Amino acid sequence: MGPSAIVASGLTRHFGSNEAVAGIDLDVAPGEVYGFLGPNGAGKSTTVRMLCTLLAPTSGTASVAGFDVARQPDEVRFRIGVALQEAALDPKQTGRELLRLQARLYGLRRAEAEQRLDQLTEMVDIGDALDDRIGTYSGGMKRRLDLAAALVHNPELLFLDEPTTGLDPVSRNRVWDEVRRLNEELRVTIFLTTQYLEEADVLCERVGIIVDGTIAAEGTPEELKRRIGTDVIIVRVGGDAEEARQAVEGIEGVGSVDVHDDEITIAADDGSAAVSPVAVALAERSVKVRDLTLRTPTLDDVFLELTGARFDPGTEDDANPEPEEARR
Amino acid sequence: MTATTAPATIPTVGVRPRRAGFVADVISVAGRAVRSIPREPESVIPALIIPVFFFVVNTGSLTDITSQIQDPGFSYKAFQLPVAIVFAVTGISRASTLVTDIQDGYFDRLTLTPIRRPALLLGLMVADFVLVVALAIPVLLLGFAVGVRFETGFLGVLLFVLLSASWGLVFTGFPYAIALKTGNPAAVNSSFLIFFPFAFLTTAFVPKELLSGWLETVATYNPVSYLLDALRSLAMEGWEGAILGKGVLAIVAVGVVSFSLCMAAFRGRIRAGA
Repeated sequence: MGPSAIVASGLTRHFGSNEAVAGIDLDVAPGEVYGFLGPNGAGKSTTVRMLCTLLAPTSGTASVAGFDVARQPDEVRFRIGVALQEAALDPKQTGRELLRLQARLYGLRRAEAEQRLDQLTEMVDIGDALDDRIGTYSGGMKRRLDLAAALVHNPELLFLDEPTTGLDPVSRNRVWDEVRRLNEELRVTIFLTTQYLEEADVLCERVGIIVDGTIAAEGTPEELKRRIGTDVIIVRVGGDAEEARQAVEGIEGVGSVDVHDDEITIAADDGSAAVSPVAVALAERSVKVRDLTLRTPTLDDVFLELTGARFDPGTEDDANPEPEEARR
Repeated sequence: MTATTAPATIPTVGVRPRRAGFVADVISVAGRAVRSIPREPESVIPALIIPVFFFVVNTGSLTDITSQIQDPGFSYKAFQLPVAIVFAVTGISRASTLVTDIQDGYFDRLTLTPIRRPALLLGLMVADFVLVVALAIPVLLLGFAVGVRFETGFLGVLLFVLLSASWGLVFTGFPYAIALKTGNPAAVNSSFLIFFPFAFLTTAFVPKELLSGWLETVATYNPVSYLLDALRSLAMEGWEGAILGKGVLAIVAVGVVSFSLCMAAFRGRIRAGA
């Protein structure tokens, strides 16, 4: 394996007194699909904007495709494709005009650009609508065109900032398919931010969970889930959840116990064996159990363990907003 | 995951990105901006209606009065034609498009490419120049239709259009500066207010010798007065080098200020992105 596709060291970005990104270290291998998972305002988009040269870091360093983002931004731009959070398109152009312009700005010759357009048109599968104004496109079509615009110059590294936010399930699956195919067939390195746990789980080889501008945990989805244990028992109770926590803590085979509102998440190496003792312990304390579920851990459970709160994509909107400046 | 329809092959052509070159970048950006003009007629139509309105109203209401106090042979229509042209070409820019691009993220998409940064702005200005030339022509034809003739002939007409369009171009620096600084469409729309002192505190309606008091003083220092003098000289007087020179200097002076503001705002907008 060659040198890293993305390396960041102590990357920070301040907006006034707000520290949107607070010292991030990254090492993404060529050909990897790396997921950056976190709620709104956690610093995902700001990090992406720094890595793709749209925003200068306050401190720290980062290199992408082997080039420093601050000192060699053009070298980086030649090698990356970017699909930002909102499809960055001009509604008054047609899809074809937009792709042609994109090709020209990357220096593609006319024949080369037309050939590339034919290929991308097939990929985005927009059909005759490619000659319609982009303003008439559906959300899914805009996303696919945005992706095609990011791929015009055949980048070796693709940044996708929340590529499926706001899409219906069918369009979301379609974007997932395209991401997989780009990675598997062309070995494009993909850096993906998402606020969807499932997306990170199914698409990414490694996931970094970002909370309040720092990476709270990093690893493969399986590694992260193994932090919790092999199984998870979820109990929803009708009464005092703290009482229930005390009832189950200390039971043999029970690992960490987290309480969130009326829900208790119990990590266990052997969930089947721990279910009965847990149920008995709760009954002995007269805890009213509304339901009890045994399942394997999810990234949501990892997030709960890291932060003490269930993953809610929108919860941090006001806590750590990315100001207008971050959108430059 | 649900199965979805997907194309059978992934694009595999080995295209290699390279610098297109500054001129090619400018042409690409300008081409997109020019294409968008007929798709936004609402941004162009007022620029045609307003000068025609003022020309018709001013000549209709003031021709008789000026004929009483000016030398015989003085044509108030020829005197007003440069005003109409200046009204047509001033404040016309793609600045509102630029703001929309910033808000929609399309400006980011463009800056993510290896385009030479100044081409992003220069391309829009080239499109503006094309547009203001196009706007000057119908107003000029209206002047011809009502009997205005040029003492300097066809070459004078060409210079008349060139000076007008150059003025329109240098004035675009102001709305672009506001667009880049604020990213706010309302602020860009209100940039038209800058035009009022430039346009009205001048010799727009009567010759300078008929102005008095503070208005005469302001008009003396207003560059538009010298632009109007230069344009009027082409129509009414003939080739007057000194007057034309002052008109060109006025355009250059405003251009230095407006483009300085514009480039400062542009650098501020893209500075964050290295």
